[in-house]
Amino acid sequence: MKIITCIKQVPASSKVDVDPETGVLIRDGNNVKMNPYDLYALEASFGLKSMFDDAKIIAVTMGPPSAKKVLEEALYMGADEAILLSDRAFAGADVLATSYSLSQLIRKIGEYDIVICGKQTTDGDTAQVGPEIAEFLQIPHVPYVTEIILINKDSMTVNSSFDEHEEVNEIFFPCLLTIEKGNLVPRLPSFVRRRAMNDYKINTITLNDLLDKDINNYGLNGSPTQVEEIFPPEKRTDSILIEGSKSDLANGLINILKENKYV
Amino acid sequence: MGYIKVNQEKVNLDIVKTLKEICPFNAFEYEDKYLSINAACKMCKICVKKGPLGVCEFIEGEKPKIDKNRFKGIAVYIQRREHGAHPVAWELIGKAKELATVTNEKVHAIIIGNEVEQIIEEALSYGVDFVHAYQNQKYTDFNVETYTNIIEDFFRKHSVNVILFGGTSEGRSFAPRVAARLKTGLTADCTRLEMKPDGDLLQIRPAFGGNIMAKIHTPNHRPQLATIRYKMFNAPEKVTTVGKVIWEKTNSLANESRIILNAIHAKPKDQDISEAEVIIAVGRAFRKQKDLEMIKPLVERLGAEVACSRPLIENGWFDPRKQIGLSGRTVKPKLIINLGISGAIQYVEGMKESELIITVNNDPNNKLFQISHYSILGDIYEVLPELNDLLDKLMVKNNNQGGESNEI
Ligand SMILES: Cc1cc2nc3c(=O)[nH]c(=O)nc-3n(C[C@H](O)[C@H](O)[C@H](O)COP(=O)(O)OP(=O)(O)OC[C@H]3O[C@@H](n4cnc5c(N)ncnc54)[C@H](O)[C@@H]3O)c2cc1C
Ligand SMILES: Nc1ncnc2c1ncn2[C@@H]1O[C@H](COP(=O)(O)O)[C@@H](O)[C@H]1O
Repeated sequence: MKIITCIKQVPASSKVDVDPETGVLIRDGNNVKMNPYDLYALEASFGLKSMFDDAKIIAVTMGPPSAKKVLEEALYMGADEAILLSDRAFAGADVLATSYSLSQLIRKIGEYDIVICGKQTTDGDTAQVGPEIAEFLQIPHVPYVTEIILINKDSMTVNSSFDEHEEVNEIFFPCLLTIEKGNLVPRLPSFVRRRAMNDYKINTITLNDLLDKDINNYGLNGSPTQVEEIFPPEKRTDSILIEGSKSDLANGLINILKENKYV
Repeated sequence: MGYIKVNQEKVNLDIVKTLKEICPFNAFEYEDKYLSINAACKMCKICVKKGPLGVCEFIEGEKPKIDKNRFKGIAVYIQRREHGAHPVAWELIGKAKELATVTNEKVHAIIIGNEVEQIIEEALSYGVDFVHAYQNQKYTDFNVETYTNIIEDFFRKHSVNVILFGGTSEGRSFAPRVAARLKTGLTADCTRLEMKPDGDLLQIRPAFGGNIMAKIHTPNHRPQLATIRYKMFNAPEKVTTVGKVIWEKTNSLANESRIILNAIHAKPKDQDISEAEVIIAVGRAFRKQKDLEMIKPLVERLGAEVACSRPLIENGWFDPRKQIGLSGRTVKPKLIINLGISGAIQYVEGMKESELIITVNNDPNNKLFQISHYSILGDIYEVLPELNDLLDKLMVKNNNQGGESNEI
């Protein structure tokens, strides 16, 4: 059983602001962390692995060289191998180009049974990368998996949580799952594993290592969507400001509610 | 399709510092006196526009142009729900009709399922030009593989310009599959859509995790795909039916799937905040879960639903279904009172269409004040207890007057 788990490094804080004068984005520090949903993806992978004698988990990420950090974290948590997909040619990738690049990496890895993704990232927040990878690999996918109910030789049965209902699906290998929190509690990286992995070297794969080396399919070139313009959000001009003592404020609020017939 | 060129001869340490500072994505790397842009780059071009003059340059690439005139029509995938269509579908039809007037395009509804006559009637009553019905017993339940085959078939036959999907959990799993099949772009959770005269769809949404909106387009691929959350737009008025039904052939389409649906369980439909008329929304200003007691009198008095910003979900104080915003629910109540919420764009986009917006916050620069009808500058830990006293008094007064009881 070979499991490929896709993880991503995201900003630790979502505080990015726009300077009203210059329109330039202001970043709040350089802190990064593993996408929280990918912690569940990893945990689900460890759960799967424990059901087999000979299972192997390969954690993969596409990102800048500094994204190695999340791979190390995955290794210390329990992944067996880790691969970084990194190349300047991948810069500016939208969902399609990102998914295509990851699908090329997975094809390069070769045989696999299950690809596991997080439900979504907290920076891109699209939840689209998983299903697009599945389509590029021509394998089925089930999203928002909360529980793995049963594993057979050729298939598995999983429970998923949708907006208004839950579904139980049987899905045949090879397949892709996106993982929802469910009852999973991500484990912490362990010192023992850290020591055991001391000599492990994370492999970096670049465009030239992939099967499809056509630069036009990657990064900005391979991205159908483009940012035409960024702009600050709108404001309203007729806003009424209420200031004063706490009793002024509470009375002000009550008066608005009275005027609008709420009290 | 182009790249950012760094003119190395103009680079010095000051410039490296400036560029590293303005890049929101940490994409600049300086090594061996060479400044390069790594894979973290999102091509926002801020380094070109706002960086030191002439250092970063955007080089347009050669690209084969598609013939945009070959693609006409705005299609909406009509998602089904237990009985009939999911209402987000009609909201999208409303938007599609608006967009279509710019370019004089037709509006198409794609309906897939078994026994879909009633949904067809309803689609027609909203004034679509064409209903494409894929009716087959095999389509009774949604299946992402067979349904993707259908959308591919539809696009190959009708070469539409745009296909819109509801940003429901189903739509967010289905639309990306279609996008990858058709090798085209997809923008998730657009909060606004605009049509350009040349048929390019502007997909507008908060971007980069910051307080900023982006206009995204798909200049050289068709169809253009977008998902839009429920309650973002309004369903159109019903009209006299003019549209035509096209019964699409289904027998040549592949029906094999490697996913077998075993069971569906409805989730308990408890208080959905997207339907609420009055909402009290709480944010990170509440320091302890217990402090939420402060809002109880107001909640009861107004018969309000309580909702929250994302950090309180992350704290585990609320069920994720109570979250307002881009990655939560869109709400459009008659009244919303925001208590101690900063108004990050991802929150605002989920509630800015509310009819009456009141905000209490102790920071005069918080962003919610900019979109509120009434902005109350103060500390919730002072205003709320004071307010509760007033509510108490009001109750006593009303009761003494023997007026109608306001107890809920
Ligand atoms: C891709 C993405 C999607 C996101 N989606 C969502 C989403 O759907 N919904 C969402 O809510 N967030 C979302 N976020 C997070 C969002 O960017 C903000 O981080 C979040 O909304 C902040 O929540 P908050 O306003 O409660 O907290 P804070 O930003 O901490 O604001 C607290 C506010 O309370 C005020 N305050 C503090 N103490 C007091 C007091 N005693 N009295 C009065 N006022 C006080 C402060 O001045 C401040 O304005 C998303 C982020 C990303 C990157
Ligand atoms: N750059 C990336 N590298 C590896 N996995 C990714 C990357 N981007 C997205 N994913 C995977 O796709 C999931 C959904 O991401 P998104 O579509 O951005 O919300 C994530 O939880 C990851 O499992």
